[in-house]
Amino acid sequence: MTTTVAAHGEGTGTPYALSHLDALESEAVHIFREVAGEFERPVILFSGGKDSIVMLHLALKAFAPAAVPFSLLHVDTGHNFPEVLEYRDRVVAAHGLRLHVASVQDYIDRGVLKERPDGVRNPLQTLPLTEKIQSEKFDAVFGGGRRDEEKARAKERVFSLRDEFSQWDPRRQRPELWNLYNGRHAPGEHVRVFPLSNWTELDVWQYIAREGIELPQIYFAHEREVFQRGGMWLTAGEWGGPKNGESVEKRQVRYRTVGDMSCTGAVDSDAGTLDAVIAEIAASRLTERGATRADDKLSEAAMEDRKREGYF
Amino acid sequence: MSTSTTELGLTETTLLRFATAGSVDDGKSTLVGRLLHDSKSVLTDQLEAVERASASRGQDTPDLALLTDGLRAEREQGITIDVAYRYFATPKRRFILADTPGHVQYTRNMVTGASTAELTVVLVDARNGVVEQTRRHAAIAALLRVPHVVLAINKMDLVGYQEAIFAGIAEEFTAYATELGVPEVTAIPISALVGDNVVEPSANMDWYGGPTVLEHLETVPVSHDLAHCHARLPVQYVIRPQTAEHPDYRGYAGQIAAGTFHVGEPVTVLPSGRTTTISGIDLLGTPVDAAWTTQSVTVLLTDDIDVSRGDLIVPTKDAPATTQDVEATVCHVADQPLTVGHRVLLKHGTRTVKAVVKDIPSRLTLDDLSLHPHPGQLVANDIGRVKIRTAEPLPVDSYADSRRTGSFILIDPADGTTLTAGMVGESFASPEPVKDESEDDGWDF
Repeated sequence: MTTTVAAHGEGTGTPYALSHLDALESEAVHIFREVAGEFERPVILFSGGKDSIVMLHLALKAFAPAAVPFSLLHVDTGHNFPEVLEYRDRVVAAHGLRLHVASVQDYIDRGVLKERPDGVRNPLQTLPLTEKIQSEKFDAVFGGGRRDEEKARAKERVFSLRDEFSQWDPRRQRPELWNLYNGRHAPGEHVRVFPLSNWTELDVWQYIAREGIELPQIYFAHEREVFQRGGMWLTAGEWGGPKNGESVEKRQVRYRTVGDMSCTGAVDSDAGTLDAVIAEIAASRLTERGATRADDKLSEAAMEDRKREGYF
Repeated sequence: MSTSTTELGLTETTLLRFATAGSVDDGKSTLVGRLLHDSKSVLTDQLEAVERASASRGQDTPDLALLTDGLRAEREQGITIDVAYRYFATPKRRFILADTPGHVQYTRNMVTGASTAELTVVLVDARNGVVEQTRRHAAIAALLRVPHVVLAINKMDLVGYQEAIFAGIAEEFTAYATELGVPEVTAIPISALVGDNVVEPSANMDWYGGPTVLEHLETVPVSHDLAHCHARLPVQYVIRPQTAEHPDYRGYAGQIAAGTFHVGEPVTVLPSGRTTTISGIDLLGTPVDAAWTTQSVTVLLTDDIDVSRGDLIVPTKDAPATTQDVEATVCHVADQPLTVGHRVLLKHGTRTVKAVVKDIPSRLTLDDLSLHPHPGQLVANDIGRVKIRTAEPLPVDSYADSRRTGSFILIDPADGTTLTAGMVGESFASPEPVKDESEDDGWDF
């Protein structure tokens, strides 16, 4: 992987005009530093997906040469890609970070949560996440959500207040003006913070290329045993697939998003390098959620409903 | 226009934040829909979702407003409640569009969208010309000091593409906006429905030689002549690694709010007034000689003086006065009113201080710029003048000079609600065009 560092202002035509990546990076760093200055116990939601990896990279830059003043929280659905878990543990060790894990499997084993008939575990993440936030007294929780992902997210604030049940009330959001963020919250409440609010999928990939950020290999084209369900290629595995009538085949695929194995689909792709991935995304006629997420196809307001209940 | 994929590839471009205000009647959704659609930003699955939803509502054609109306309540009521942020790109530039509803009860949303915008698109219907809502949108752009205003005169197809109609509206609007201090107005005759002058030049208006809306968005300057700006760095966080490798490192991290800073420059830290020199600037891992707005940097100082979050680093030769008495134009954004005597928190830059509302001298109607003296309170969407006393001195600039260090928000200390957005100094840039109803006594100054 090569690192390309663009000179500041280069290609922008105007002196003092930042490139779009520099502008987005500076905004995200500003958000991280505001949280560090105003909160007691912030935590970064870290799934090992590209958005959370970019968040961590930005946090490292924001506080260098000091350590990142936040810990990481992984909501573990129990249906993880092994490559992603391996990546997570390596990054945590390399930067001397502290990792918290909220385990969905644990909740199922204890009988607190019930496995859904379809085996999809994304909606089950909300309770373990909320209880971990409460028990660890986290007051700011960084999420990698982007407003371009989904139309309910397009209305999300950078600083988004949640009550003690983590609920989001879209009609009672605080207006955000200039770059003045309001982080006031009562005891028991917390603020979800989205430093990548203004980034698009393409920005994220361009930034990964520019900064030379390493990603789990499943983001690049590889051969994998998959089967088709709900119009998506899912990875065959112990989590519950394939089932009656579904047949496994070997295909050249890659992942555009990384989530729970049960509802994150792979796309047919021969993009084996960053440049090829970027070209593929620029040409894509589907959004990343439309292409890869079963849970968002449930209804017009699927994401809004999950967000109201405390999902990230 | 077709966007080739390789063109969008790896190249870094600039970013333009702009805002639109208007209602469905003006054709705003059609304009936004066309910009997004023609720049390939509406993808197949999004369009299919819109088609499905439109069909289930019994509409024959896809309703592009459903793309931006993200909340269930908005879709059910067919209205836009909130600011919707939309993202699109061309090979020349990346765009962040703050799409806001245009009616008076959404003034706070328009003000929010305009607060970060470098450009605002004001839409008028060519058949109606400049109306009350147009004047309100011009006033918001002027109040928020949005540097560039585009007047998109829409539905030209319905007035026979007549140049005289365009010219008349453009002249009336430009005169009005200039009087309010808007520095630049670009009037463009369009038909969003047919596509005239939105992305492609129109074949129906040979008399128009200017840019299309998209061409203008792609080329309008996004930076200013920083040499004449006050340099300001609000300190967000003090970086102290205290490691074996960096035992004595002490850096002051922040995003440069305005102007340029240089290594070697004498600086003053406010509000303490202590002076020192910049010994180094770290631009996210790269040492640089100079840095400018809106870069996030870490500044190193020659002397070991007391600097903490909330302080403001400024050039010693260009330090603002500090004050505990702030006069400002505000937009009230909360459902609970703002009253005289209200005890609040004021957040300015990275500093939050206690404050009290001493007086509300007037409320302003943006439609006709009439002043209503001593309203007693401001309610949601009201624009007014306020006088505030702060518990500690603040280094505020005039909003006209510096949008970031001349702005503040008021917060309710009890429940944390964001109450009010404030802009320090005079409301409008040019000679006050305001008709004051209290001045009926014949005195003429």
